[in-house]
Amino acid sequence: MDAIILQILNGLDKGSAYALIALGLTLIFGTLGVVNFAHGALFMIGAFCAVTFSKLLTLSHIVIDDTQKDFLGNPLKVEVPYIYDFFGQTTGDAIIDWAVPLSIIFCIPIMIAIGFIMERGLIKHFYKRPHADQILVTFGLAIVLQEVIKYFYGANPIPTPAPEVFAGSFDFGAMMGFAENTIIYPYWRLVYFAFAAVIIGAVFAFLQFTTFGMVVRAGMADRETVGLLGINIDKRFTIMFGIAAAVAGLAGVMYAPINSPNYHMGMDFLVLSFVVVVVGGMGSLPGAVLAGFLLGILESFASMSAVLEFLPGINQIIIYLVAIIILLTRPRGLMGRKGVMEE
Amino acid sequence: MSFSKLTRRGLIKTGAAASAGLALPTYLRADGHTGFTNAPTGDTVTLGFNVPQSGPYADEGADELRAFELAVEHLNGGGDGGMLQTFSSKALDGTGILGKKVNFVTGDTQTKSDAARASAKSMIEKDGAVMISGGSSSGVAVAVQALCQEAGIIFMAGLTHANDTTGKDKRANGFRHFFNSYMSGAALAPVLANAYGKDRKAYHLTADYNWGYTTEEAVRSSTEAMGWETVNAVKTPLTQTDFSAYIAPVLQSGADVLVLNHYGGNMVNSLTNAVQFGLRDKEVNGKKFEIVVPLYSELMARGAGANIKGILGSQNWDWKLEDQLGSRYSGTNAFVQSFGTKFGFPPSQAAHTCYVQTLLYADAVTRAGSFNPCAVVEALAGFEFDGLGNGPTLYRADDHQCFKDVVVVKGKENPENSFDLVEIVEVTPAEQVTYAPDHPQFAGGSLGTCNPGA
Repeated sequence: MDAIILQILNGLDKGSAYALIALGLTLIFGTLGVVNFAHGALFMIGAFCAVTFSKLLTLSHIVIDDTQKDFLGNPLKVEVPYIYDFFGQTTGDAIIDWAVPLSIIFCIPIMIAIGFIMERGLIKHFYKRPHADQILVTFGLAIVLQEVIKYFYGANPIPTPAPEVFAGSFDFGAMMGFAENTIIYPYWRLVYFAFAAVIIGAVFAFLQFTTFGMVVRAGMADRETVGLLGINIDKRFTIMFGIAAAVAGLAGVMYAPINSPNYHMGMDFLVLSFVVVVVGGMGSLPGAVLAGFLLGILESFASMSAVLEFLPGINQIIIYLVAIIILLTRPRGLMGRKGVMEE
Repeated sequence: MSFSKLTRRGLIKTGAAASAGLALPTYLRADGHTGFTNAPTGDTVTLGFNVPQSGPYADEGADELRAFELAVEHLNGGGDGGMLQTFSSKALDGTGILGKKVNFVTGDTQTKSDAARASAKSMIEKDGAVMISGGSSSGVAVAVQALCQEAGIIFMAGLTHANDTTGKDKRANGFRHFFNSYMSGAALAPVLANAYGKDRKAYHLTADYNWGYTTEEAVRSSTEAMGWETVNAVKTPLTQTDFSAYIAPVLQSGADVLVLNHYGGNMVNSLTNAVQFGLRDKEVNGKKFEIVVPLYSELMARGAGANIKGILGSQNWDWKLEDQLGSRYSGTNAFVQSFGTKFGFPPSQAAHTCYVQTLLYADAVTRAGSFNPCAVVEALAGFEFDGLGNGPTLYRADDHQCFKDVVVVKGKENPENSFDLVEIVEVTPAEQVTYAPDHPQFAGGSLGTCNPGA
């Protein structure tokens, strides 16, 4: 029982990341009809927003310390962050420690701007082209973006720790009456799950309870009629692209402490997120969220050593296996709308 | 000149003969003149450095290239000479190799066996490289080594740690300076017993490919021999980025040590996840929970950040060796000085092994008096040397593996700068990590005979 609870918990944070990326993907598909293979790159850029913000906070000037030597025997050049000069060392350290959560503020405008540039500069030229062209151009864009990141940040992962206060893990087992250390869960992953829930809730609320959201939903249902009513739906859809980019970016920012960001992390999530979208139903927002969590949890279960003993390698194919079964039995996905991708 | 006698059939014959001649690989033509592949004919000789310039190990590849560049500079008499000053063999004098100026070409392995073979092949056939070196993966090393054997080229392996490179996949034309999985296990086990006791239960997470298997086997057999019990060993996909599903059950298994047979991005992520789960703060079976990373890399340690603090692992070499352990490791400071002055930071172990391999090749050619691969093999096999940073070293003739001391390191608790990530815990003498050529972990292959490309 404790092993089952543990794997459900494990699936939640991975499911949160899948759900957030898939939500943006399906939002773009539902509004603009574009299959955006560069969406994983937006997740990666989000994580690198956290890296960049951390680096900005630790920008330093050199102070020569004659009492210490460097590896060549020269006087040691000590790097002192500028932030110490402004706030003092204690406050400066506290700000640096909280770099990841603080970088959310830095990330949102950047991701919206990147989303705008991507949509206006490239993707809009492919609206009327076949899906294969859209996939090729966005996939190419994803490769370009990751190579640009690699050029500036290198190929190795860059450690981006969570604030010290979230270090360690919470012992659910002890709380639920199991033995100690049987069900432990890192604090930061709990934060990530809660953060994902808030973002998903906010996106749904935005679409459900605002006039803007209502127009977007109407546009998703019947773009032509909304246009005939004199509403510039293209402009709203461009804004939605920016919002979808920001959601992917935020997912990336908060994921940075879970796995040290590297230029390839977007690709690692992209394929799985597409499976999530297909399983959830192309264009269905609740479907993307549901499938994200479902597949995240299933993946966790498939990685249990008890399962692997009976079905070696199942952890590597479980998601695709479920996708095949769902598509055979429910070709539109779990919550797919009729007519989407069926013409 | 008249074309009046040119017939259709004659034209076809001439065309076919010319095409065959052009299609014939360069190395076969060179061989026709000199008896071995790519024999240097002018006043230069070309070496081929095949390193990951793209992909996940690109930073390691970049450091290897820096080392190769430095080695070539020193061979040609430039810079401060680096380890040429400390190398026990005095055959090299800074005038190139056998009086020929050393040039080099580079290839990108992409850390993929097929891409690495293609780039090595191109350097051999198009650029006339007489030796291939570099790489940051055992899969790549084994693939390129086999290619070099077929082509009649010497392969001086870069960073490759799997037993198989000088075990079941060894080749007469291939040489490995870097240590291997067996040596890591043999060096680590006594240190682990000292640090954590002999009554421990280990849980292994192992990268699901060749290097992972040999490392798990080596560490398991060494630790079990001193009394540890292995409670579980789970294979993890190479493409895995989030290891939480694998790490969460570790504590439930009753294990009190987690061994991460991972390298590169896998190591960074699995270690980060393990620390996030608070494993190192736990107490199991009345003992503090510990994590072990058998193969350390400074570049990867940077990726893991503070998570490596206090974690034991092994290395082929460390840039602080001579400063901390004295003149036995002479050559270390000379290399660090050259490299640090040129590039502004200390070299990694990947850079060190590539630099040393280049010097060893050049020295063997000079001592043999020929670039002929068979003469080089004869000069290197069984060669004993010193002054290249690892202490007295033997290139064993039986398997072309270097035997030298192994460095056991620990993630430093309070690093003074971004290069000072690990501290040397102990150096395990070469005798303790030496094994018989027919050891079961290396069984199944044969060196064969050297191939000059005839």
